[in-house]
Amino acid sequence: MLRAAATILRKDLLLELRTKEAVPAMTLFTITVYVLFHFGLDRNALDGDLASGVLWVTLLLAAVIGVTRLFAAEREQGGIDALLLAPVDRTALFLAKASALFLFLVAVELVAVPAYDLLLLGPGLGGTLPELLVILLLANLGIAAVGALVAALAAETRTRELIVPLLLLPLLLPLLISCAQATEPLMRTDQGPEDLGRWLGLLTLYDVVFVLVSVAVFDFLLED
Amino acid sequence: MTWLAAPALPLDEAGKYVAAAYVVFLALILIYVAIMAAKLVRIDRELTQLAEEDE
Amino acid sequence: MFSKGLAPLAIATVVTLTAAFALVFFYAPLDADQGFVQKIFYIHVPMAIVALGGFVAGGIFGIRHLRSGDAAWDLRSYVAIHLSIILGLGVLVTGAIWAKASWGHYWVWDEPVLVSFLVVFLLYCVYFPLRFAIEDPERQARYSSVFAITAGAFVPLNFTAVRLAEALTHPRVLSQTGGDLPGEMRLTFLVALAGMILLFVTLWKLELTAKHAAMQLKKLRRRRAERREAVPA
Repeated sequence: MLRAAATILRKDLLLELRTKEAVPAMTLFTITVYVLFHFGLDRNALDGDLASGVLWVTLLLAAVIGVTRLFAAEREQGGIDALLLAPVDRTALFLAKASALFLFLVAVELVAVPAYDLLLLGPGLGGTLPELLVILLLANLGIAAVGALVAALAAETRTRELIVPLLLLPLLLPLLISCAQATEPLMRTDQGPEDLGRWLGLLTLYDVVFVLVSVAVFDFLLED
Repeated sequence: MTWLAAPALPLDEAGKYVAAAYVVFLALILIYVAIMAAKLVRIDRELTQLAEEDE
Repeated sequence: MFSKGLAPLAIATVVTLTAAFALVFFYAPLDADQGFVQKIFYIHVPMAIVALGGFVAGGIFGIRHLRSGDAAWDLRSYVAIHLSIILGLGVLVTGAIWAKASWGHYWVWDEPVLVSFLVVFLLYCVYFPLRFAIEDPERQARYSSVFAITAGAFVPLNFTAVRLAEALTHPRVLSQTGGDLPGEMRLTFLVALAGMILLFVTLWKLELTAKHAAMQLKKLRRRRAERREAVPA
């Protein structure tokens, strides 16, 4: 099963490397949204809870784009039928898609987070970078699991582009809460983590629950 | 046991809001039942029609 | 099939709800802090509890549906969620009335239960566009069950997260924890809750019966149409 997952993952990554559709779009989107916030909030620099909120909301919105695109290749070239006919364990498909989304998010954040530091963040990231990285990693895990599930749920609907944000964003709310609250003290002018354990705990719980739920339930999707 | 005297419906500020809340609740139930009733009527009508066609 | 026990349930509902209303207005004492306005609590909170229970039940029925493949479970799940959405709307409206009466604003972010409820409500609203955007009926049922399960798992997580977030920034303003209620209030609350549960189950069975009847009717019509086509005039 793991080998099947790896094969599908490799196919998706190669496809993305060749077509460069999802990741550049997501990255460009986050930077554009930073600019929007600059003008919308009429601020040159953000700190504290405002900084934390803007960063995470932007990342979540970018994730919506990634999720909508997650099964795009299969849909456009009819590959989904081939996948389903082959004796591939649905769990392998889930692992592959979730991992792809995870890696896409990492790629986007490699640019988006430094860009944020440059454009909007008042106090630099500097000392609190390790904590931020942990939060980002745990967040990506949760987004990947829920995102793959939502992508599959929406894959067979006619109104895919509408359903994905409507489904994904509420489901990600506990994740957003944990991440925003955890990041907020890291972005204050007198920075330092605070209550990090509590929020990381909630975030981990969220990740565990949704990975389990997604794996359990994925078998019933994309069946035919 | 503290029994209130009559449930004076105070027509002051508070009473209006409490009444509004309970009215909302009742309205939801009644609208729901009305919709169900309408559906029932339609089903009954169609069934009668079917029975008539069948002879 | 679904209507077993509907009549006695309906009677029990009417009796319990009437008793509850009588208790609320004739028996329960006035709250020291909020006065008469506090009486909204006996409608608002039971509705919230039952709506959440309905959502979770929808998820459980979804699990039964996926395991058995029996469409009856999907119907039970659909109706439970449908009813809970309606109740949820009632929760938000009565919550807004309570907020306005207590704090002068129709909406307060300080009340974690209300905020969590808004999120859950928004999520479950997507159930219907999702469901009806899938054309194949069997797939529609299956995906709906998947959604019901996922959303059901989401509800407790959401409440925990929102409560944690609000606890740090704002003190709970409308805290009505069951444990703190004096005896008379608690009794009234429990009767109101029981009434609300009975109401939900009664309306649930009612809607199930109506939908089932409509489906049977459609099946009958279809079969007669097919039979008429099969036999050349």
